[in-house]
Amino acid sequence: MSTRRVQLRDVAQARSGDKGDLANVAVFAPTGAMYAAFLRELTAQRVRAHFGRFVHGEVDRYEVPNVRALNFVLHQALDGGAARSLRSDPLGKSYGSLILRMEIEVDDAELDGVEVGRRPPR
Amino acid sequence: MQFDTGVKPSPCSPFVRSIRIGAGQGFYGDSVDAALDVARSGDVSYICFDALAELTMAILQKDRFRDPAAGYARDLPAFMSALLPICRPRGIRLITNAGGINPAGAAAAVREVARRLGMDDLRIGVVLGDDITSRVGELQASGAALSNLDTGASLDEVRDRIVFGVAYLGCAPVVRALEMGADVVITGRVADASLFVAPMVHELGWGMEDWDRLAAGVVLGHLMECSAQSTGGNFSGDWWNVPDLDRPGYPVCEVRQDGSALLTKPAGTGGRVSFDTVKEQLLYEVLDPRAYLNPDVVADFTSVQLRDAGQDVVEVSGVRGRPRPDDLKAILGYLDGYAGTIAIGYSWPDAVQKAQRTAELVERMVARSGLKPLDVVTEMIGVDSTHGSAAPIPDDPNEVVLRISARFATEAEAKRFPRIATPLGLNGPPFIGGGVAPQGARALLGVWPSLLPRQLVEPGVEVSVDEVAAV
Repeated sequence: MSTRRVQLRDVAQARSGDKGDLANVAVFAPTGAMYAAFLRELTAQRVRAHFGRFVHGEVDRYEVPNVRALNFVLHQALDGGAARSLRSDPLGKSYGSLILRMEIEVDDAELDGVEVGRRPPR
Repeated sequence: MQFDTGVKPSPCSPFVRSIRIGAGQGFYGDSVDAALDVARSGDVSYICFDALAELTMAILQKDRFRDPAAGYARDLPAFMSALLPICRPRGIRLITNAGGINPAGAAAAVREVARRLGMDDLRIGVVLGDDITSRVGELQASGAALSNLDTGASLDEVRDRIVFGVAYLGCAPVVRALEMGADVVITGRVADASLFVAPMVHELGWGMEDWDRLAAGVVLGHLMECSAQSTGGNFSGDWWNVPDLDRPGYPVCEVRQDGSALLTKPAGTGGRVSFDTVKEQLLYEVLDPRAYLNPDVVADFTSVQLRDAGQDVVEVSGVRGRPRPDDLKAILGYLDGYAGTIAIGYSWPDAVQKAQRTAELVERMVARSGLKPLDVVTEMIGVDSTHGSAAPIPDDPNEVVLRISARFATEAEAKRFPRIATPLGLNGPPFIGGGVAPQGARALLGVWPSLLPRQLVEPGVEVSVDEVAAV
């Protein structure tokens, strides 16, 4: 079976939020098969590397199968927290979009029933 | 004219079988329009308003610094002026945490509004006792370490810089105010979701150890507290197909006695309620989904079943809960210096290189000036401010805004910082496009999360309900 590389923006939903200096980033799969691919591909370690200098602490991963989501908790990730942050995005609202930039390897079966790459009209 | 409040009396129970509750506000600064839609066409008996976030507590504290009578959400009187004339005739009761760090002051302001509207018989409930600002020493003497929940650090690190402290209360004092007949309940730091749980407990007769139902209430409250974030706002799916986000309907839920519920929005409003919009909000600001901590219950968010149940209707069911935590969450705010910010826009060609050069020039000017920044964050808006090193630098963008924000020990330094860069408007790289005038210094507040044994807080919680005419 052949595999291909997809960017999460083409297959996933995401939302991020703040709690003190912690940020959470939830990424949602459209199907059970794609959720299985997320479980395999989206490790806490990979997410931490992807977020680079924004995250100074650990990254925890939680599985949320009832909504086919992975919830990542990023420690020391908001420049000390919203009310003392110097950043232009003090609440980490854009972290959801940052995770959608990640790419994963999926096989054809995992793409079954997934509408890939929906875009707003230009 | 008759209004159906959605409350259906049961023949064999003093409690109703289902209750309809609406959301009226998602944050301090929200518009009142959506709350008016909920009041007029949401068919609800209660509207709950979440005005508080960690950042909001810090903002309200800054207000109280300047004026001891302040410290509550300033837009509360405007909300009440607009809503009471519609809600009062329909018997819709309003619950808000807009009291911030001064619920008594907020109640006084709402009384003024009620008098002006001729509602002398309006009953206003106030919940006090969440404020621990002046109790830190006493609490520590009673055995609460108040160490940092995230890092484990000792409070001694920030002890002498603390400016506010609040404990998160659960739904019980709000339930008490409803039992005492309050038409409007004003609180301080009651947990966001608990504002919504209170009318469920009050109307549906849930017990305070009925963990599954309380957890169901917390999930529903969580889905409603950020207003349109569950009805199509900030939706990362096909957002371009979500209709009329200029006036989205805020969430309305019909909760049954067993805790299952239908989540929807008022007819005729914009937005969308679907499995895909609601699931995003389910995990917003959530840490461990198996153990979402609320003052009244530990809710298991992995037990929640969401199901599309019609146009703009999602069924929420299956929620499981576990006994409440022994401790309450508390947050303390402490002074953490002052920020000064420089922002200069550069236009094509070579906008990135111009911004990078200017960042170097500013660094040299700061070194020469004697200013001592404690931290500096340099961003190129349009290039790296949101995705950092994960995104490639675009080849030759049309424009870039260089933003440098620095933290200083003193306000004077933070004010001086942006001014040292103003000569670069004439002296620096060419083609400034869209400069930003130097901004004033901003006081920075660190937020210190902690835990507090509930027996050190709950005995001091006070609930009062008074008719406007009686005060």
